[in-house]
Amino acid sequence: MLLLPEFLQRSFFTFLMKKSYQSLEDNPTYNMKQVIYCGLTSKIYSLCIVLLLTFSTSLIAQEGDPVNGKSLFNSNCAACHKLDKPMTGPALRNVESRLADEQGLDREWLAAWIRNSSALIKSGDAYANKVYNEYNGVAMTAFPQLSDTDISDILAYTAAPAPAPVVVEKTGGEVAGEQSGISNNLILGALALLFALLAMALVLVNRTLNRFAEAKGIEVVSENKRTPLWKAFVQNQFLVLVTAILFLLSSGYFVYGYLMQVGVDQGYEPVQPIHYSHRIHAGDNGIDCKYCHSSARVSKTSGIPSLNVCMNCHKSISEVAPETLAEGEEFGVNYNNEIQKLYDAVGWDGTAYTGDSQPVKWIRIHNLPDFAYFNHSQHVTVGGIECQTCHGPVEEMEIMYQHAPLTMGWCINCHRETNVKVKDNEYYTKIHEELSKKYGVEQLTAAQMGGLECGKCHY
Amino acid sequence: MHINMKTVAKFSTVIIVLVSLVSCQKTSSRNYQYMPNMYESIGYETYQESDAFGNGVEAQLPAEGSIPRGDFMPFEIENTNEGYAFAKANLKNPLDSTQVDYEVGGPLYNIYCGICHGNKGDGKGKLVQREKILGVPSYADVGRAITTGSIYHTLYYGKNTMGSYANQLNETERWQVVAYVEKLKADLEK
Repeated sequence: MLLLPEFLQRSFFTFLMKKSYQSLEDNPTYNMKQVIYCGLTSKIYSLCIVLLLTFSTSLIAQEGDPVNGKSLFNSNCAACHKLDKPMTGPALRNVESRLADEQGLDREWLAAWIRNSSALIKSGDAYANKVYNEYNGVAMTAFPQLSDTDISDILAYTAAPAPAPVVVEKTGGEVAGEQSGISNNLILGALALLFALLAMALVLVNRTLNRFAEAKGIEVVSENKRTPLWKAFVQNQFLVLVTAILFLLSSGYFVYGYLMQVGVDQGYEPVQPIHYSHRIHAGDNGIDCKYCHSSARVSKTSGIPSLNVCMNCHKSISEVAPETLAEGEEFGVNYNNEIQKLYDAVGWDGTAYTGDSQPVKWIRIHNLPDFAYFNHSQHVTVGGIECQTCHGPVEEMEIMYQHAPLTMGWCINCHRETNVKVKDNEYYTKIHEELSKKYGVEQLTAAQMGGLECGKCHY
Repeated sequence: MHINMKTVAKFSTVIIVLVSLVSCQKTSSRNYQYMPNMYESIGYETYQESDAFGNGVEAQLPAEGSIPRGDFMPFEIENTNEGYAFAKANLKNPLDSTQVDYEVGGPLYNIYCGICHGNKGDGKGKLVQREKILGVPSYADVGRAITTGSIYHTLYYGKNTMGSYANQLNETERWQVVAYVEKLKADLEK
């Protein structure tokens, strides 16, 4: 037991504690039997250790520090290796014991490979050449700077047992989330039913009371002696005229409002074939808009990023973090499935491109009619305008929608209000000065520089 | 009794009208348009679906061997280990010291590279800090010992998990970024 590295003991403890905690949660009456359970866990615990010690001979040899090993692994190895899944290079969980058992190779061989794999390949080592060819002849970067302790730390980290799946916990959360959704609907439905019943009861009570009154011969007092209100209203021609004018004006207002919004797609929020969250990418992860929409810098359109841009990151991110997955449940999306859709479209089987790709039918949201000219690079690179000025708080949008109306009035308004940065623009200094003199202003707006001329956008 | 029924009827009409007005606002489909043929072009729109070609899209790859107009120079070093080694040893920046401008390369670096490699080039970009992408080395990494040529080769073709950035940056921009990376490397090694 003392031979076991400290972290293993810790992970065992947390594993077992979690288990007992979960079972407690599942069964509240279990409190009484906790003592017995504790005895049981310690038995399982020692049994596990015995099992581990029998099956992994190399564990005793490792005295590396897995915590330091993890940080070394993450900064040096994780670009190409995962613990449980082959990436650019093979999966590395228990690499040392696997090599020892299957190939009869010791740590010295591993260290030689890590420090300079290409030399080992050139020396004609059979297994080194086999691995090299198996992974498409991709040479592993040499790590001459890693000391023996560094390597033993990393190997200690790779020898850590795979984390216990947390699926049980997660599904519990999902069920709870769904239940709360259902119960909300139930409560609302019950309330609606209650109100309907109340209304019915009122009507019934009224009817019975009236019937009682009739039966008892009491006359319900009616005050129909005066001229009814509507008759008085009709007889007053002035009032009728005023009301008619008011009615016409207000309906004119609404008709005008309706006609003006025809052709305006503000708030347009189509369902895209792959659920892409700008909130996560641009907001949480802070990726610049121009990383994906790179053509906005240099061309007329901002462009729909091609899938290879997605794959820059998603080659190594095939699953989202559990917290992110839980966030997705709120929007009714499983982000992992959406990443899988990307892989299907781009033809990626987890380690290599299959060559079988499908175009994604993205739905365009912002669309100007062909008779209006708009140039992104002119606004983004030359004007230095933030993307959010026109596209709204994209970094908060789970589903992309059109923020601005994109009408001509909206364009013109911005041109009238936005000052042009004329500083450090020596080529145009003279014309800027003369324009300032002409309009008698300090700061020139886009409109004053010709931003309202018809031919600038319509030709 | 009669008055009661009337008010009920009135209220329900108002509610029905309101509900139908609100429910008409659909955001998942486009609004009506006046004269749609003013909006929708007869010519092909970029990336449009079209049966003009076999694979059903308007956008097609350029014919094999075609080169873009302008001062385009093909990059002839191959995407292999040998190509990488060759570039590492021989490839030099065509921009001279007067053309290299960190004011150009810096912002581009921060957009495309800094998110993983860190704005200082220490391998601690935001995605690395958030543990989304791991194993990003510092530019001062001894084992890699990057050079002008190896930076450009990696930027052009990608390496290991890193993808190619050749479609996001043009040739001059790539060399500007390479120069900026070399500056960051020198700063780190100080």
